[in-house]
Amino acid sequence: MPELFHRKLERSAIGFVIAIIAAASVGGIVEIAPLFTIDETIEHAPDMRVYTPLELAGRNIYVREGCYACHSQMIRTLRDEVERYGPYSLAVESQYDRPMLWGSKRTGPDLARVGGKYSDFWHVAHLTNPRDVVPESNMPAYTWLARTTLKTDDLPQHLAAQRALGVPYTDAMVENAARDAYGQATPDTDFSSGVTERYGDKTLVSAFDGVTTHVTEMDALVAYLQVLGRLTGAAYEDTAAPEKKPDPES
Amino acid sequence: MISNLTSSERQYALLIAVAVALAGLAMAALGRSDTLGVHGVIVMLFAGVVIYLIMSSLYGPEPTEDRAVSYYDDPIKVGIVLSMAWAVFGMFMGVWVAAQLAWPDLAFDAAWSSFGRLRPTHTSGVIFGFGGNALIATSFHVVQRTSRARLAGQISPWFVLLGFNLFCVLAISGYLLGTTQSKEYAEAEWYADLWLVIVWVTYFILYIATIARRKEPHIYVANWYFMAFILVVAILHIVNNLALPVSWGHAKSYTIWPGVQDAMVQWWYGHNAVAFFLTAGFLGMLYYYLPVRAQRPIFSYRLSILSFWGITFFYMWAGSHHLHYTALPHWVQTLGMTFSVMLLVPSWASAGNALLTLNGAWHRVRDDATLRFMMAAVVFYGLSTFEGSFMAIRPVNSLSHYTDWTVGHVHAGALGWVALITFGSVYTLVPALWKRERMYSAALVEVHFWLAIAGTLIYVFAMWNSGIIQGLMWRTYTEEGALAYSFVDSLVAMYPYYIARAFGGLLFLLGAVVGCYNIWMTVRSAPLAVRETDAPVVPAAVPGE
Repeated sequence: MPELFHRKLERSAIGFVIAIIAAASVGGIVEIAPLFTIDETIEHAPDMRVYTPLELAGRNIYVREGCYACHSQMIRTLRDEVERYGPYSLAVESQYDRPMLWGSKRTGPDLARVGGKYSDFWHVAHLTNPRDVVPESNMPAYTWLARTTLKTDDLPQHLAAQRALGVPYTDAMVENAARDAYGQATPDTDFSSGVTERYGDKTLVSAFDGVTTHVTEMDALVAYLQVLGRLTGAAYEDTAAPEKKPDPES
Repeated sequence: MISNLTSSERQYALLIAVAVALAGLAMAALGRSDTLGVHGVIVMLFAGVVIYLIMSSLYGPEPTEDRAVSYYDDPIKVGIVLSMAWAVFGMFMGVWVAAQLAWPDLAFDAAWSSFGRLRPTHTSGVIFGFGGNALIATSFHVVQRTSRARLAGQISPWFVLLGFNLFCVLAISGYLLGTTQSKEYAEAEWYADLWLVIVWVTYFILYIATIARRKEPHIYVANWYFMAFILVVAILHIVNNLALPVSWGHAKSYTIWPGVQDAMVQWWYGHNAVAFFLTAGFLGMLYYYLPVRAQRPIFSYRLSILSFWGITFFYMWAGSHHLHYTALPHWVQTLGMTFSVMLLVPSWASAGNALLTLNGAWHRVRDDATLRFMMAAVVFYGLSTFEGSFMAIRPVNSLSHYTDWTVGHVHAGALGWVALITFGSVYTLVPALWKRERMYSAALVEVHFWLAIAGTLIYVFAMWNSGIIQGLMWRTYTEEGALAYSFVDSLVAMYPYYIARAFGGLLFLLGAVVGCYNIWMTVRSAPLAVRETDAPVVPAAVPGE
């Protein structure tokens, strides 16, 4: 009789606690642990690069402002999504993402492949007042981003923390993080050549907010938005809707 | 309150408060160029208020009553008041963010008031502030009555209650400052998370120690749910929040879980926060206050067992249904879907058990708005668990995911189930705690009930409409095989529903304000009751099992 057994269990607080832990642990263990051991969970993308310090700083602004509450970064394997946003998202594309920003709600559109879709100038105008470029938009205006100087002095610590968690940043990348953040937003300077040296020729170096005298939070956020979907070309290689990969330099 | 502590207990409490203040000082010093420093100051202020309160009666007279022969209700009273205060705050933030979606200029061009920062103040405010305080308060009440034993601590209940509220203050002020992990429903940063672990372990020990003191041979079913709530929330919270701070002087941290694994851990956490915070805990409330109010024993003991273990086991598999058609491996999605559908069985077993308990008491449901709150809560629980299982089915999810339908579903559960069962329990609990005959005004309970029902229905219908329209517009093709609508077209179609939703939320908020007024007046002026014995040692009236 199961009831008899349960009557017994109800008399022991510790027994009950152990039973709850046992019953509640199974699901999580079965679903989470294999994600670290099964190889096919994450595709292999040898061309995948890490975020530059400026892009990482921009990502942290995206995190800080809670953009995930309205924008997903996960194109599902559905025809209409692939046609609207581009090839469906692969696990490898967020392998360096801490936290992942797949999102759960689209009050605004998906951003997984927004990189390169609009000009830097469009992004700056849009973030400053979304209704200037999209009259129907209900997105908040982020006017202060262009006024706020980006904090770069602690970027080496950020990269070091990421490296401690397994992101392959080199010593040179960590050491030069603050310098590279500045260089990526100031093209044609000594600083900018270091960025392409360390992160590859295809890294977008630009005066994102249109001002080269100092680096603002606007620079960082736009640099991040422009790299979304462009860290690797893996998604363009074998999908339901094969497309030509956009040229990052265009 | 403090007069019920002995002088050595007061000194001990003072010591803890000073230790917390020193921890705040260390945070302020280490994080002086960061938001961590601001939080250090907040911790010091919080501890400072507690220190002031203790100091002001440190040398007061020793407690006169024999504490062993009475239940410990002081922390419960404060918990109920805090819960209602957070309800008004959290619901106000909800109405504000809802209005921002219709009128974006309501952010007033400031950083702290933009939608992305305010939205978690709403979710944390209502889930943790309102729901969490209500759970702590009612669990303290239920465990004492059903065990016929006094809480196993004098200071620890205060530590749990105030410590939890300090966590809420840190979390919510953090979002306004831009300190967030951007993990949904787990936005608070590493130091607040660590603090919550300390508080939660204390809560668990206190709870188990109280149960160990019980004068009843069996542990009552409400306590099963409260134990599952405390235990599993601890597991979820710790695993999901494992993170590496940038430095000891930074509020910012990076989670140890990357990409796809983070997605799985996050929704394993997220969905089970729904399961064990918003379901198990509130089922604990239901299993005590509903039979007490209806004056009927729980319909079926077997159904209670079935639903309890079903919920505890099945829910933990269901989180991956938040990730259908994503880069999460297909087999995990399928498991999540399967268990989500199976969850309907224990969920409806609970709902059915509660409704059948009301058999023979339906005239009370008609006449007593407090019991009607609980009955309506059970109905919404049944509806939203059905809806949840339905939405977890992969093809349904392809339409509903990313749309307002999800938001509507969450609110059918949060407003219809969680908030209604809480209000029903609070209206049962308040007169008992303050030893009143009844609530100050039965008419105001009635007003609150109808405001809450109207608000919930308007909200949920608006979101069903907007969500389904949105989902359909995204996938509509023209005859030529092109997408028929741009994203902006679908956004424009949402505006009328966003306005309706804000209005529904406003009605619900007004109901909560009416409730606060009614509670305040009950405490102040409702007639005192001569109650039957309500004490630990002598046999007290408890609901049958």
